[in-house]
Formats: sequence, C-alpha cells, structure tokens
Amino acid sequence: MFAKIILIPATGLNNKTGSWRVKKRPKFLHQNCTGCRQCYLSCPEGCISGSKKEYNVDLDYCKGCGICANICPVNDIIMEQE
Amino acid sequence: MKEFIEGAVAIARSVANCKPAVVSAYPITPQTHIVEELASLVANGKLKAEFVNVESEHSAASCVLGASATGVRVYSSTSSQGLLLMAEVLFNAAGMRLPVVMCCVNRAVSAPINIWNDQQDIVTLRDAGLILLFAETIQEACDLHVQAFKIAEDPNIMLPCIVNIDGYILSHGYEPVEIPPQDLVDKFLPPYNPPYKLDVNNPLTLGPLVGPEWYLETRYAIQETLNNDVKKKIVEVAEEFTKLFGRKSYGLFEEYKTEDAETVFVTMGSIAGLVKEVVDELRQQNQKVGLVRIISYRPFPNEIVKILLKTKRVIVLEKCISLGSKGPLFEDVVSSLYIEASNNGNKLPVVNNYICGLGGRDVYKEELIEVYKDKETIKFIGLKKENLGSFI
Amino acid sequence: MIDEKILLTPGHTGCAGCGQALAARLVIDAAGKNTIVVNNTGCLEVFTTGYPYTSWRVPFIHSLFENAGAVASGVESALNYLGIKDNVNVIAQAGDGGFADIGLQAFSGLWERGHDILTICYDNEAYMNTGIQRSGTTPTGTNTTTTPVGKDSAGNLRWKKNLVDIALAHKCVYVATASIHLPIDLQNKVKKALKMKGPKFIHILAICPLGWSSNPAETIKVTEVAVRTGFWPLVEYENGVLTKVRKIKKDELLPIEEYFKLQKRFAHLLKEENKHVVEMWKEKVKENIEKYNLLED
Repeated sequence: MFAKIILIPATGLNNKTGSWRVKKRPKFLHQNCTGCRQCYLSCPEGCISGSKKEYNVDLDYCKGCGICANICPVNDIIMEQE
Repeated sequence: MKEFIEGAVAIARSVANCKPAVVSAYPITPQTHIVEELASLVANGKLKAEFVNVESEHSAASCVLGASATGVRVYSSTSSQGLLLMAEVLFNAAGMRLPVVMCCVNRAVSAPINIWNDQQDIVTLRDAGLILLFAETIQEACDLHVQAFKIAEDPNIMLPCIVNIDGYILSHGYEPVEIPPQDLVDKFLPPYNPPYKLDVNNPLTLGPLVGPEWYLETRYAIQETLNNDVKKKIVEVAEEFTKLFGRKSYGLFEEYKTEDAETVFVTMGSIAGLVKEVVDELRQQNQKVGLVRIISYRPFPNEIVKILLKTKRVIVLEKCISLGSKGPLFEDVVSSLYIEASNNGNKLPVVNNYICGLGGRDVYKEELIEVYKDKETIKFIGLKKENLGSFI
Repeated sequence: MIDEKILLTPGHTGCAGCGQALAARLVIDAAGKNTIVVNNTGCLEVFTTGYPYTSWRVPFIHSLFENAGAVASGVESALNYLGIKDNVNVIAQAGDGGFADIGLQAFSGLWERGHDILTICYDNEAYMNTGIQRSGTTPTGTNTTTTPVGKDSAGNLRWKKNLVDIALAHKCVYVATASIHLPIDLQNKVKKALKMKGPKFIHILAICPLGWSSNPAETIKVTEVAVRTGFWPLVEYENGVLTKVRKIKKDELLPIEEYFKLQKRFAHLLKEENKHVVEMWKEKVKENIEKYNLLED
C-alpha cells in the first residue's frame, strides 16, 4: 500500500500565484523595447515570455514584485494599480 | 559446498552474489570485515559495483538512498553509533519507500563506549518503518540477506530491510557455511525493477513537503504494508528459498519443541542457540519447555500468541531494554497477548522479562536454567552488585 | 501560457522578488532537461515542492537537510553503474545553511571523492527558511534573529566562511562565483562547469528581500551593487588556476555604504557608533580588490 509522496512534473502550474498581488501589476508598454530580454531573465517566477521586441507577463502567476519595471533599461515597463 | 569461514566474509560473499550496484558504508567495529571483504571483491573484479567510500554513516545511508532512488540495487552495513547516526536517513528511506538493504552488526550503544554485542542499537529504531530480521547463525544470516533483497524490492513493498547479526558472535565467529550459489541466487532474485525512480526520460519529484492534510496516510500505508504485504512476503520467500536452496528458512519465527510446552522462552538472535541447549537439557529432566525464536522483529509476528496462549509461562529473554520502562520485546509480546486474550477471553500466561548480555556480558547455560526456576517479573541476568555504587 | 521548455515553472510559493528562485531557474534552464537535481532542505525545496505542487520539470530529489552531497554521490554512482552518466548532469544544491554549515561534511566528501557533480550554494547569508537566523556565511554586523542588534551588540560577530577557498582546497575542477544581475554570465558558468568532468562549485549570491529587509523590486539592483562595491567578486578558477575576473570600471566602483543603504539588516551600520564594523567591511573589500586585482586600470 502506498500514499501520495511523489509528484509528476509541474503540477505547480495549477497554483495561480497571481492571486498574491494586492496593489500593483506590471504593464508592458511596447514602445521602446530593444529586445534585451532583461525582464525575461530577471523574473523570479519565470512568467515573462515573448520574442524579438514583444514581451509580456502571465498575470496568472505574477506576484507583483516589480523587478521587471525596476530593471528595464529603457523604462518600457511600469507598475500600475491593480 | 560448505566452507569454514568468518561470518562477516560469508555475508559479504552472499551479498556479492546478489549483485548490488552501489555499495557504500563507513567502518565501525564489529562491522568492518563485511565492508572490507566487499571492497576486496570489487577490487578483484569479482563484484561489479560502485564502491563509495563515504565520510560518515549518515552519508553512507544517504548515498545508498540516492542510488536506490536512481533505480539500482544497493547495500550498506553498520553498527551501534553508526546506526544511530544514520537514524534520520533510515526514517527518510522508509518514508520515501526505497528498498535500502543493510546488515546491522548489533553492538552496544555509547555511553559508556562499548564495542561488544547487544541489540539495543537496532531495537531503538523499531518505530522507523523498517523490516527488521534477526539471524541465529551465520548460515541464516547469509540466507536472510538473499531473501532481504527480494522482500524489500517487491514493488508493493519498497521498504528498507535490515538483517541483524550479533556483533562478534556472528560477525567474527567461524561456521561451516554454504554461500548461496550464484546460479541459484540468479534464479531466485529477479533484477531490481523499481515502480518509480529518478529518470530524465520520466521526471518525478521525490521528497516533497507534505502538510497535515496528506502526512497521516503515508504512515498508515507503511503500517498496512508491513502488517499485510511484508508478513505474507516473508513467509512466501522463506518457502521459495527452502525449496530452491534445499535448506530450511523459517519465515517470521521458528518454533522449537513448543507442541506441549508449559513454559516457552521467546528471544531473537544467536542467543537462541544457547536457549535451545537449555530447552534440551530441561526436557531431559521431563520439563515441558520450548522456544519461540523471533526472526521478523518488524513487522512483529503477533501470530506467536496462538502458541503462547497454550502455555502457563512465557520467558522473554532480550539483549536490550527501554530504560525507564521494560524490555522492548517484552512490551511487544505482552501487548499482542493482551489484545488476543481480551478479544477471545483466553487466560493469560505469566510473562517474565529477562534482560541479558548488555555490552557483551556472557550469558551462561546455568543462568538460564536458574531463570527457568525463577519467578521474577523483570530482572537483569548476571547483575554484579559490586559494580554498583560509586561512579569512580 | 507557460512554455513546455521552462524547467522550473511559475506557481511556486517563493516570496515576491526572491533572488534564490531566480537563480535556481537560471541554473536549471542552463543545465537542460537531462539533469537530476538533488536539493537540501531549505527555502528552495520547500517553495518548489510543497505537495501537491511541484515546479520542477526535471527529476528532483529532496532527502534531508545535510545530505544532498551524499545523496548526489549515490545518484552519480548509480548512473555510472548504469553506464549513462555521460548523458546526465547531476546538480547538488543547497542554501548557505545546507551547504556551508550542516551540509558541509557531505559536500566535502563529495568533492574529495571527485564525483562528477555540479554543486551550487545559493547564499542569502542566513538560515532564511527557519526565520532569518545567522549562518556561517553571515557577514559581520548583520542583524539576524540570533545575532540581533541591541544595546550590547552590533549584529553578527564573525565574517563569512570562504566557500571558494574551501572548494579550491578540495581540488574542485571548476570554482566560480556568480550574480543574478548578470544572468547570461551565470548561465555560461553553469554550462562551462557541466562540460568539465569532476567536482564543480558555483557560489551564487541570492538576495532575500524578506531576510535582508530590502525592496523586492530592487533584488537585481542589490546584487549589482554588491558586485560593484567589490564585496562579491565575480571570478572563475579552472583546475585550481584563476582564469577570469570580472573587473570593476573606475566609474562603476561604489562605496560599501551604498550596499548598506539598500537593506535594513545593515541600517545600524550607517550610525556613528558602528564605524568600526564598517572599517572592517572596507578592509575585507580591499582584500578582495587586491587579491583579484578587481579594479580596471
């Protein structure tokens, strides 16, 4: 007899941590983006994706930490009210 | 064909025939010869295994845990302090349902530091969810090792299994032994085929954090596995072994002259050999005495109560004590007896608890015959009053 | 929609702005899907594998607090036995508690035996998972719950254990430090390490906004300042020889006070009475600058 002690890959995707946000959410302006990918490489959740000069955040998981807005070298991401 | 060899060497060669893939152990007296013989077999190409020289017993158990999780057969060995150091890893292996097979060469526990035999070390871990088997002779130790892999690795069981042998008595003693031959072991023991493992082609997460909503069932599952699947498997495997190897394997326990016994000794390990001599001598004097030798300590074979309830007196003889209470084997026997008797209205026999052999203190036949004539409930055999009093 | 190729997925319960979560994601994406991860108990394991959720898309095992080094040794040995080690990476990782303190013995054994494993320490300079208690890598003057700042105390007494030197003493084939503000550099180091055979070590500074009392949005900025002050030099050693140092340009160099200003755990060091602690930090930074010739001429 066994009990549940082992997990199959990525069941964590069912945990929509976007509900953690209270005040602010990132907004991608898509105006000055140079495609440097800093936002994609700096998100602790890994919920920013895209290609070339168009990147977006998956709000199902974004916790609103604000790193992406803080790090964007051309200020193309801002934090706006929820 | 029998050879006259040292117990530790016999065990190592029997394990080698089981073809473990990863062997990792840390030396501790009196287990060292098992590990040294395995190292020698690897060095001479007789055992194709990864032999990992770790830096402590905690790491030895962790190493075999990791290897077992990767889907290969593993083996380790230890005693006393080493066993206690790896205690949390053994609980961990049981909880993660990994079939780590080991030999514990039973030795007294520090302090004071003492390297001689008693069974306190393994008995302290009886709660961990491990399968605990006790050998009486070196031959049985070899046979139980071969069976241990088959029991532990059963895909419905997947629990650690430890074969226990009395330190020095069985590890360093010499006996005519038949090492289970390679061709028969190959027939008897299927290759390890785990139901889950660390595999990049089928990634799994092992060892998650589990909260109150999930934890209880993991313990229930191990309890049910031990009490049902493991007990059945031990009996089944013993019968298969007996048939294939032509040598009797008893399963959960051995009965010796119990048919009409009015007094029965209950014990485990090599001391049973001495108890059998005592039983024979008392039988010569027309005393109706017998012995039940526990082989599987965990899961505990409460089937023995059917034998014990036919007697007037049960003498539980053990090389361990739960300080502040009673002997652990005594507690197991009495609680099983009570449950059976209170359900069925049987009359209970008198049960006495004799603690002996701690720290390697020799036990003499005359002392056990005295015990037969004795009427104490709990007593230490061979207690020397002159050693008590001042601490210097 | 989260890409199938992401190996450490969102949905984990790490704090917003967690430096270790980001570092771990960068590491596993660099290592690729043919990797087995062995993790000690700590924040990362707790927030990525809380039943019924796991964020890992690679095989992952967590056993105990101090045995990732030994468990990984067993995994690697099993892979050797099966003849497939050349196709599978093994990473043994832990926080500073699980690596430098309680787990150091097992990692020491792994390094000494020469297993082909990449060992990684995510250093957030305290036992964060149990509530911000000091560890062997907590720097002097840090405010933690077991080295609190008070009338008679300016925080932790001793300096950090030098894990890079310890790894070098064990003859690790590759030893490096990395920072999450240079993610490509971090990933290149992981890839380079995994191409080499033998025991490897990467020491990553992992900002903990909760434990450091820093602004979660500034997690990347805090690491960048740590590097630009000379406190966290970015270096690489191959086979015991220092092969690369990331120089700090003259106009990039920052005084250590800039680092303190970003974290309340060092707020007391900006006071006059703790000047002696700041002097000590400046000594340590000077040592780093001289040892590695950090300043660009």
